[in-house]
Amino acid sequence: MTYAGAILILVGAVFAVLGALGVLRFPDLYTRLHAASKTGPLGAGLILVGAGVSTGDALTILRTLVGIVFLLVVSPVSTHLLARAAARSGIAPSSSTSINELRNSR
Amino acid sequence: MIEVVTDIAFGLLGIAMMLAVSRLILGPTLADRILALDVANTIGIGLIATFAVHVHQALYVDVAIALALVGFVATISFARYLLAQVKR
Repeated sequence: MTYAGAILILVGAVFAVLGALGVLRFPDLYTRLHAASKTGPLGAGLILVGAGVSTGDALTILRTLVGIVFLLVVSPVSTHLLARAAARSGIAPSSSTSINELRNSR
Repeated sequence: MIEVVTDIAFGLLGIAMMLAVSRLILGPTLADRILALDVANTIGIGLIATFAVHVHQALYVDVAIALALVGFVATISFARYLLAQVKR
C-alpha cells in the first residue's frame, strides 16, 4: 500500500512539473491551456489518490476517489470556458497555428 | 521511507509553483494570468495532499478537496469576468 501511494505521488508531481513547464514555455494561450488542463486531473488528482492510498483507510480512499472524479468532470469545463472567453475577446493564436475556424466568428 | 518520497514531491511541486508564478508575472494577457492562477491553485492542492502524507494526518486530504472545489468556482468566475468585459 505504501509503495503504491509513493509511486502515485511521484507520478503526480512529475505531471505537475511538466504541466507548469508547458504553461511557461508554450507559445500562445491555447497551447498553454492544453498543458494546464493536464495538471488538474493527472497532477493533483494522482497526488490526492496517492495520499489516500498511502493512508490505507477505506473512507479516505473513497473521499480521494470522489475528489479525482470531481477534478475529471470540472477540469474540461473550466478549460473550455476560459478558451471560449479568450477566443471571444480576440486573443490571437500563435502564428504557427494552421487551422483557425474561429477567425471570422467573434 | 515515505518521507523521502514526500520530500522529492515537495521539491518537484515547488519547481512547478515557481514556473506557474513566473507565467503569472510575465503573462501578456489577462487570460494567461487566469490560467497561471488556476495552475498555481492546482499545484497547491498537490502540496496539501503531499503534506497530509508527510505528517500522517488524513484530515488534510479534506482540505485539499475543499481547495479543489473553491478553485473551480474561482476559475469559472474569472472566465465569466473576461466574457463580461467582451460584451461591453
